[in-house]
Amino acid sequence: MAKVLVVTSGKGGVGKTTSTAALGAALAQRGEKVVVVDFDVGLRNLDLVMGAERRVVFDLINVVQGVAKLSQALIRDKRLENLWLLPASQTRDKDALTDEGVGTIIEELRTKFDWILCDSPAGIERGATLAMRYADEAVIITNPEVSSVRDSDRIIGMLDSKTVKAEKGEQVKKHVLITRYDTARAARGEMLTIEDILEILATPLLGIIPESQDVLRASNVGSPVTLNNAGSAPARAYTDAARRLMGETITMLVPVERKGLMNRLLGRRAA
Amino acid sequence: MSARLLRFFGGGRTVPPPASAPVARERLQILLAHERSSRGQPDLLVLLRDEILAVVSRHVTLDPDKVIVKMDRGETVSTLEVDIELPNGFERMIAAAG
Repeated sequence: MAKVLVVTSGKGGVGKTTSTAALGAALAQRGEKVVVVDFDVGLRNLDLVMGAERRVVFDLINVVQGVAKLSQALIRDKRLENLWLLPASQTRDKDALTDEGVGTIIEELRTKFDWILCDSPAGIERGATLAMRYADEAVIITNPEVSSVRDSDRIIGMLDSKTVKAEKGEQVKKHVLITRYDTARAARGEMLTIEDILEILATPLLGIIPESQDVLRASNVGSPVTLNNAGSAPARAYTDAARRLMGETITMLVPVERKGLMNRLLGRRAA
Repeated sequence: MSARLLRFFGGGRTVPPPASAPVARERLQILLAHERSSRGQPDLLVLLRDEILAVVSRHVTLDPDKVIVKMDRGETVSTLEVDIELPNGFERMIAAAG
């Protein structure tokens, strides 16, 4: 059965778009049929992170307004044949999205895909509420930093009240994904610990994505990090998170770069 | 421990990855050139797409599933590919209507 998953955070710049691309690609790499949907109308970026920015023909708003069919707006990934993108509009504003229109599109996507990943815009306005509106599950992207945790808490409250599931008396299944986690700073006690964050948010952990140059490198070239460098620490962390979404039980680790003295002495290559 | 020593012990990579920033720069330049030129006025590619489809649909009823539109925005050249599947016998339909 299809699952609608919103990637949200409240705060901007924490890694929603990067995580949507990486989780979407990781699920597709494991054989799932996936569509990533950009809800950031007016400021789209998922197309750029996915490397499809030159191929956008129609967008979400065109489909909502009936200008284009869903099949015409979907862009198939050039690397993974079971990964698709539904881009946001760059020119319209977010008021062009309607609750009904989004509902119709999500219903149609449910018949075609295993996973529908909705990349939410920052904030708590219309775009963000519509991105989460029809979600079955939510990944809340949180940085180990006070303002991000506060905003995540706010978003959790909205997931529990403003979604269709909540209105039916059901629960959106929520997961916290901690991104930009710096092990060195954590060891020096300069960052909120994972335990602190989970205790405050009272939400289960989906994964810990380490701060890494590989993430920037991947978005530079327009490729989800799990595709661009599958052996890198963040890619392994995203792949583990995707497998947990699929129901597998995987030990929670903070993936570290595979390099250093011991590896060199043992002649191991950086993965 | 000095930074260099740290790098000696920690830098396990034998081949540095190719720099990705130049790729990012080129991608952004192409994208922004298109976005800036179309700001405040309709994008030429979008305008062409809409008018071509309007002209065709004046003569034939278009099945949206049989219309494939592709764009590729390049640095010097952009392409607009409109692939319309017309039902057999549509010419007779036009003749009968005309």
